[in-house]
Amino acid sequence: MWVFHFGGASCNNCDIEILDCLTPRYDVERFGIKLVGSPRHADVLLVNGSMNGRDKSRLLDIYEQVTKPVYVVAFGACGCTGGIFAEGLPFAGPVDTIIPVDAYIPGCPPKPEAMISGLMKLSETIK
Amino acid sequence: MSKQKIIPIGPYHPLQEEPEYFKLYCEGENVVDIEWETGYNHRGIEKLAEEKTFEQVFFLVERICGICSTSHPFAFANCMEEIGKVEIPDRAKYIRSIIGELERLHSHLLWVGLAGHFLGYDTVFMWAWKYREPVLDLFEIISGNRNSYAMFTIGGVRRDIEKSKFPKIREELEGLKKKIDLLTGAVMDDPVIHARTKGVGVMTREDIIDYAAVGPTARASGVEIDVRRDDPYAAYDLVDWKVITSPEGDVFAKAKVRLLEMYESVKIIEQCLDKMEKLEEGNIQTKVWEIPEGIGMGHAEAPRGEVFHFVKTDGSNSPVRHKIRAPSYVNIATFKKSCVGQTISDAAISLAAVDPCYCCTERMAVAYDSSTGKRILSGDELIKHSQARTRELKKNML
Amino acid sequence: MENNPFIEEIKNRFAEKIVEVTEHNPLRITLTIDPASLTVLAGVFLSEKNFRFIIASGLHTKKGFEILYHFSNDSEGHVINVHVVLPHENPVVDSLTKLLSGAEWIEREIHELLGIEFKGHPNMVPLISEGNWPEGTYPYRKDFKS
Repeated sequence: MWVFHFGGASCNNCDIEILDCLTPRYDVERFGIKLVGSPRHADVLLVNGSMNGRDKSRLLDIYEQVTKPVYVVAFGACGCTGGIFAEGLPFAGPVDTIIPVDAYIPGCPPKPEAMISGLMKLSETIK
Repeated sequence: MSKQKIIPIGPYHPLQEEPEYFKLYCEGENVVDIEWETGYNHRGIEKLAEEKTFEQVFFLVERICGICSTSHPFAFANCMEEIGKVEIPDRAKYIRSIIGELERLHSHLLWVGLAGHFLGYDTVFMWAWKYREPVLDLFEIISGNRNSYAMFTIGGVRRDIEKSKFPKIREELEGLKKKIDLLTGAVMDDPVIHARTKGVGVMTREDIIDYAAVGPTARASGVEIDVRRDDPYAAYDLVDWKVITSPEGDVFAKAKVRLLEMYESVKIIEQCLDKMEKLEEGNIQTKVWEIPEGIGMGHAEAPRGEVFHFVKTDGSNSPVRHKIRAPSYVNIATFKKSCVGQTISDAAISLAAVDPCYCCTERMAVAYDSSTGKRILSGDELIKHSQARTRELKKNML
Repeated sequence: MENNPFIEEIKNRFAEKIVEVTEHNPLRITLTIDPASLTVLAGVFLSEKNFRFIIASGLHTKKGFEILYHFSNDSEGHVINVHVVLPHENPVVDSLTKLLSGAEWIEREIHELLGIEFKGHPNMVPLISEGNWPEGTYPYRKDFKS
């Protein structure tokens, strides 16, 4: 499962937890999960952070570039609902109002275990 | 005629409210100019804060940045206590300093790892992040969460650190010291790292003052500023530690300053624990009934430099105006000085040296030829460029 | 409260330019000054006294547009605010970018959020607003409706 990570207007907490998954303690590569640098290689689009007007258009661009079929995962409270920033001025809607979302991983930030569990559940539904 | 090319880095780069999008203007291998664009991460926090109560603002400012998630509440608490003229209990002071220093440890370890990654030393990346885990475990023991700790409140802290947790904290710190020794040795003794970082991305003292840069970026250029010493808050004037500086101003100096600062952080935490043992448990908060009208300027030394909060209150329970300045806001502007004149392969590490969280190159960096708009280099390739340079250097040294 | 010799000196030297001095506590002082003399005073702070520019905060209040330029004196731990009040209509103030490159971003940001004009700024292009709110509207003004 190759994952492309898209970070919106986030606080970086989710981003470091996602990177943390790659490092020795969690090591998601043993499950065949890998972060890739280009959306064209991705099976899963992992979106975290609240979306502002600028991110929204970039997210749509990226979503267009990803080879289909693609599974979108909304990561963290901000990705799922907008979280604490939902009342903010530049907020442009949670991820699922911009592109279709297949799985939600809530938390602020979700623990690495939560990300692994979420992606494993997603992979089971794909089978 | 040499053709100028533009290499954009970013746009996703989420340290502060406004992450950046860099365009490197290049002629051949050389960077001739750099331009930035921000706003991808604008969340309107300052405006949002005006609609929240002071207690809620703590949770909001904690989420400005996940890596230095204590420094913003720290500065905000300093600011509010200044307006309300609140004196906090000693035990709360020590707990605040412990949290602040643990955060510095995890943030610097994170930086060492990423710097290693940019230079092509993925082993350093993996090791440093592995050694960072015990620090996150300590946070989980103390606060219940690995990242956003929710420890601060006006007048003190929300949770005590009980005596039963001390042995575990001391044990982990002891282990961490050995790991820092190892990392410091690996960086200081490696000829390739010397070759890649010495004389690269140099910032002179004058540049630092001109751009008003702060934190390790400034201290690595011999500018001796540290809010913890200059305007002491929490327990920093009650324990013994020193400000680390280095005069060179290059990437190597910045790495050295950060590595040596980690020892100071361990020292501060150990002293805080010693002093806390003599204090009564549970006395961690002064009751604050109201915040009068006024303005407050609070600052705190985050891992990346000074965080500054300005709050204007009108006697109600929420701020009238809340201005926040994160350290990267001034540090990032210095890229114009540190990157221009470098080669493309040195750009990645020069940018990373300021520690603007991890480089946006993980995200959506694509390079365009300025004349045709054709794709040339992606962010990944930029890192590969940097890593290839290291390999070449290594080969020549053998 | 004992008087700070530095503030006394500034008060004597620039008596006609200083409107008001407020001391919040011994380490935090606000100098309200005539906007026309901003660059002169900021120059004194930066070059003569080695103060460090922290940031500027823009506010919209009943009095008009207020900007507080925060300076820090690191050897003594002071934070000194240089405070200017600009009129509601057509707020203009001199840019500090000639003295200090570090002021470039914050002036652009204040311009976008409050619509204050900075005279002499070299690169007044939007910093954060693109796609987030329309040009010509200023979200931090009190009359702003989203």
